[in-house]
Amino acid sequence: MALNLDKQKVYEYYRRMVLIRKFEEAAGRLYLQGKIRGFMHLYIGEEAIAAGAISALEPKDYVITHYRDHGHALARGVDPKACMAELCGKATGTSGGKGGSMHLFDASKNFMGGHAIVAAHLPIAVGLALASKYRGEDSVTACFFGDGAVNEGEFHEAMNLASLWSLPVLFFLENNLYGMGTHIDQAHAGGRDIYLAAEAYKIPAAQIDGNDVVAVHEATQEALKRLRSGSGPVFLEAMTYRQKGHSIADPAQYRDSSEVEEFLEKDPIERLKALAIEEGVVTEDDLTSIDEEIEDIIEEAAKFAEDSPVPAPEALYTNVFA
Amino acid sequence: MPEMILREAMNKALREALEEYKDAFIMGEDVGAYGGAYAVTKGLLEEFGPERVKDTPISESAFVGSGIGAALAGLKPIVEIMSINFSLLAIDQIVNHAARFRYMSDGQFTVPMIIRTVTGGGGQLGATHSQSFESWYASVPGLKVVVPATPYDALGLFRTAMKDQNPVIFAEHSLLYSTKGEVPDEWYEIPFGRASLKREGDDVTIIAYSGMTRVALEAADKLAKLRKSAEVLDLRTISPWDKEAVLRSVRKTNRAVVIEERWRTGGFAGEIASTIHEEAFDDLDGPVVRVAGKDVPTPYAGNLEDATIPNADDVVRAIRINFGF
Repeated sequence: MALNLDKQKVYEYYRRMVLIRKFEEAAGRLYLQGKIRGFMHLYIGEEAIAAGAISALEPKDYVITHYRDHGHALARGVDPKACMAELCGKATGTSGGKGGSMHLFDASKNFMGGHAIVAAHLPIAVGLALASKYRGEDSVTACFFGDGAVNEGEFHEAMNLASLWSLPVLFFLENNLYGMGTHIDQAHAGGRDIYLAAEAYKIPAAQIDGNDVVAVHEATQEALKRLRSGSGPVFLEAMTYRQKGHSIADPAQYRDSSEVEEFLEKDPIERLKALAIEEGVVTEDDLTSIDEEIEDIIEEAAKFAEDSPVPAPEALYTNVFA
Repeated sequence: MPEMILREAMNKALREALEEYKDAFIMGEDVGAYGGAYAVTKGLLEEFGPERVKDTPISESAFVGSGIGAALAGLKPIVEIMSINFSLLAIDQIVNHAARFRYMSDGQFTVPMIIRTVTGGGGQLGATHSQSFESWYASVPGLKVVVPATPYDALGLFRTAMKDQNPVIFAEHSLLYSTKGEVPDEWYEIPFGRASLKREGDDVTIIAYSGMTRVALEAADKLAKLRKSAEVLDLRTISPWDKEAVLRSVRKTNRAVVIEERWRTGGFAGEIASTIHEEAFDDLDGPVVRVAGKDVPTPYAGNLEDATIPNADDVVRAIRINFGF
């Protein structure tokens, strides 16, 4: 496989993926220190999807996702400091500490949230796209969800409505083979090729390698052509793997170690790195300097989060109602 | 002053809304070509077209969720759920999403969506089609709940709902659609959280809303024959609800009865009664009395269904037993 990328493009993908990876490694450490509480779901191993897909979008587009949302927020350009502060429940967080890891939001980036009820954000994505069409705008809504969502009624209801009304929704399935701890073979009668379900709703669909950031980016660009033309939704199924457990509290004992090893070899960051160095586009030193640059950003984010104040008691009652 | 029935008042409210707000649109099951299951949206498709009066599939969760998305993007969706019983299919969207966006995003997003729906029993529709869930929604922080009893109130409250930036559940009682009342041509609005004093009295306060307002007034008539004067308050909205008006009245009459159509257990009448006990205990001549629906699934047979829903005789009986009238 040839990369066909220039140096700047490699840097861009690499920087986004490493930002997510190092952010989450730091979040994992803060969690073990008791500075982050509640549920926290790591995206490690799936970074190519958020990095590849969201980099193809424009600021006017909407992004909405599930509760494993750190990667999408960071890829969308949400401030790592505000994200980390939110995870730590601080007043300087994206939601002033009221949302937490599963509920990151940033209106300034049209980042419409991490959503913690499986599949419930799919109808909301349809409504965002409905608004674009109602106003005659060509903005699109990219909606990320996992394979755990596809057995919920709302998955089907949302696809039906988006297709029926020709709405610009990019249904982006991150198929990491597990809904929490249940393997897809025990959960979905249609088998692993979930994209075939979209075809029943007359939605053009494709399956791609979700650990190949370039493939993800190119598939998204292709999808955007149709989406912006007003021809209706597109469905992409990115095959990937969750390197960690469902949440930070999950040791993932239900998985075979050989399966984990197989996917560790397909690590999206290592793949891009190996290929780019092999083809002589970048050197190891180039990427190491990016690693160091990102480490500084993350260190600063963690320090910012730790040093920030907790929300003021008065915040309890603000923003219940408009 | 011109008279109209509640159905016509709602139709007028919706027509006005579509004329006034270019970002407003109606969406729901059979709201367009059919004209609405209760004929409330009749004629609107012809007047405003299919982009603004959108028929949806029978897919409550999807179209309520879509309403939320459209509201987040700055539109003003007026979503119709044909019956409050069907809102259970969308309750996750309503509670976990519509009512949560603002708080969880700390004010970055609002969901200025109206959900119009039809509540109440009394039509012999059986247990799955005869329930009154508005008080469930009233218990959820982030939702406003409107429960009009007259054409005048329905129009005035809907105008306020259109301006409200929060998700609003607007529950119309199916048996009130043919209720006639005066509706002035001049513009007026009715703020949320302001009860309507339907009748002044000195001996007991009867608190009701929606379909039970009529029952409260009938009970007041019957009490008048016993030479007792009842004060009747129609709450009109139950989130927010007019605590001040209730306490003011109870401090005058020293006795209170709360009527509610839904089940007695866990109902909104209990919330009101507790509040009165907590805040006006010393003013009371006796405990606050609840007259509420029986704690059973609504039966189909007419005589049995009648027995589950409070009527004026039940209210008078409860007052006589508890207050010795």
